[in-house]
Amino acid sequence: MAEHGITPIVMPKWGLEMREGTVADWLVDEGARISVGQPILDVETDKISNAVEAPDPGLLRRRVAQAGETLPVKALLGVMAEPEVSDADLDAYIAAYEVPAAADGDDAAPLYIWTTVDGLKVRHARRGPDTGVPVLFIHGFGGDLGNWLFNLDAIAEVAPVIALDLPGHGQSDPRLPGTTLTDLASFVARFLDAIDVPRVHVVGHSMGGAIAAQLALAQPARVASLALVGSAGLGSEINSGYIDGFVTATSRRDLKPVVEQLFDNPALVTRQLVDELLKYKRLDGVPELLGALSRTLFTGGRQAAQPALALEGLGLPVAVVWGASDRIIPASHAANAPPGARVAVLPGAGHMVMMEKASDFNALLRGHLAES
Amino acid sequence: MARKISMKQAINEAIDQEMARDPSVIMMGEDIVGGAGGDGERDAWGGVLGVTKGLYAKHGDRLLDTPLSESAYVGAAVGAAACGMRPIAELMFVDFMGVCFDQIYNQAAKFRYMFGGKAETPVVIRAMCGAGFRAAAQHSQMLTPLFTHIPGLKVVCPSTPYDTKGLLIQSIRDNDPVIFLEHKNLYGFEGEVPEASYAIPFGEANVVREGKHATVVTYGLMVHRALDAAAALAKDGVELEVIDLRTLSPLDLDTVLESVEKTGHLVCVDEAHPRCNIACDISAQVVQQAFGALKGPIEMVSAPHTPVPFSPVLEDLYIPSAAQIVAAVRRSLAGGRQ
Repeated sequence: MAEHGITPIVMPKWGLEMREGTVADWLVDEGARISVGQPILDVETDKISNAVEAPDPGLLRRRVAQAGETLPVKALLGVMAEPEVSDADLDAYIAAYEVPAAADGDDAAPLYIWTTVDGLKVRHARRGPDTGVPVLFIHGFGGDLGNWLFNLDAIAEVAPVIALDLPGHGQSDPRLPGTTLTDLASFVARFLDAIDVPRVHVVGHSMGGAIAAQLALAQPARVASLALVGSAGLGSEINSGYIDGFVTATSRRDLKPVVEQLFDNPALVTRQLVDELLKYKRLDGVPELLGALSRTLFTGGRQAAQPALALEGLGLPVAVVWGASDRIIPASHAANAPPGARVAVLPGAGHMVMMEKASDFNALLRGHLAES
Repeated sequence: MARKISMKQAINEAIDQEMARDPSVIMMGEDIVGGAGGDGERDAWGGVLGVTKGLYAKHGDRLLDTPLSESAYVGAAVGAAACGMRPIAELMFVDFMGVCFDQIYNQAAKFRYMFGGKAETPVVIRAMCGAGFRAAAQHSQMLTPLFTHIPGLKVVCPSTPYDTKGLLIQSIRDNDPVIFLEHKNLYGFEGEVPEASYAIPFGEANVVREGKHATVVTYGLMVHRALDAAAALAKDGVELEVIDLRTLSPLDLDTVLESVEKTGHLVCVDEAHPRCNIACDISAQVVQQAFGALKGPIEMVSAPHTPVPFSPVLEDLYIPSAAQIVAAVRRSLAGGRQ
């Protein structure tokens, strides 16, 4: 990236659909020394707002983009350089900077693919290299593949990635193949059959983690490794107030405070995020299927099944990641990880740890995948 | 799955899906099938602008072409609704409501009340509204205030294909008479719409753009004018909050009040004539309920108190513009106290 000692800070691409973002605020001043992972500026997209973190250390010399500006992905936001780089060189670099055009394939390839499994249309996205064991991402209760918007592209740099909308979720058909973890895990296996993928690393968030663990128990040969994120299936506690609130909320006013519980920083819950969830929840059949799912999986306010407690003995590489301030499933469940698991509890993150601490999470996941 | 379709297609899809789901849904109107009595294709017209094209082939005689007698078929639809059907009556242009108004405001709107809550009238009356179509004074009016005035009627006027599908499905499922007004200049407007059925509840305004300096409250085509105004003002650092009421009855005043309490400045925009219109109504209610939050005069932007001109030049001048909204926001901000 660095050219003549100049490191550009560019508009990130968060998720498959992001084309542009708006600079909300700079968090560091010109002349400040920046460390890796430090939030540099806040960017808003039509889906979410988040901080752009420093990929490299350096001295912030120029804030090129101003607060309020809307710019395309990869547009120059700022430049870092050591003091010996002259202002004239910086000016020349900024003047000569061109936003790289989207690669031809980017727009040609469909963002999403729909595959029919057991009569149910399933939305999924595939990215990354053609070879290697793919990484399958399974979202949680009421979620969709968009929950991985800060992760898919980062992991696709090292391995093929597949993210799906579970049946009854996102833009897959609003119906369920059944309401138990076994039903859902065997559906995921048939989905993999349908897209002709024999073996995967599985990353599961929340309910998706319990599904991933169930899949590993049922078909161990199919699962190369497991990463369980704020996962269900490692204990019995769950915030039933959240589950009930999510199922029953019918308006933006009711849903927003419920969804805020997912994050350490509730300001991340934008109007657009709540609107997207409402659009999903208003589809015919969705409130009923969420109710049915929660009654089976979270009977009486407890997790009914804990498949991830039975992983010991499978000899499977397991990573367990939690947000320290998870208000949905307590981070203390990380202690129930199988022996030998790589466990990380990240401060400053809630249940959506893969969104709130995206770069830490991506680094952890890459490390886990490299060792698996 | 979601894909981009036009508002016209969204209307067609909503009716199609509700007819497939519920056999009591029927539809009547002038030329909504078309071709009856001729030798050619029955499904020839699909309504004056082709909105219902293709529905006859799927649902057959549940779509009924009627004579040019609005009072007869709107009355028939109201009666069928009182007897357990869920009729949709299409009126082409809202301007024709005059000939069937007794059936609407004095019959349909009164049944639940006058029969002690025992009667339900789940009828939807759809019609095109609004100016800009070069269709002259009798086919271009924005008559939303007339219906909003009547207790017992629900009044819907959507601005996007997504809202159109969800609000029309809600209208069909609703157990009260609903006046569903479609701005004809938005028929070609495209947006993302899920294929699956969904209903948007009435009485929930949509904050289509967030801002902290001033609030614009509007509905229908004017939502897009307000968004244009917001984009223009953003260049000068003025952040406009734009609220789309979506349904005028019931009205989501809470969302408006919350916004005004944040911004302190209100501009009400309505394509209808300025006397006793939605802008007046919102202004009056905000003054009554949130006077202390106002930091400047409320401004209103409406069409003039004249019939819609047929001259294209005059018609374009008649319709409230983004520039007028920008000017109104500036007046409110300039007249403000700190």
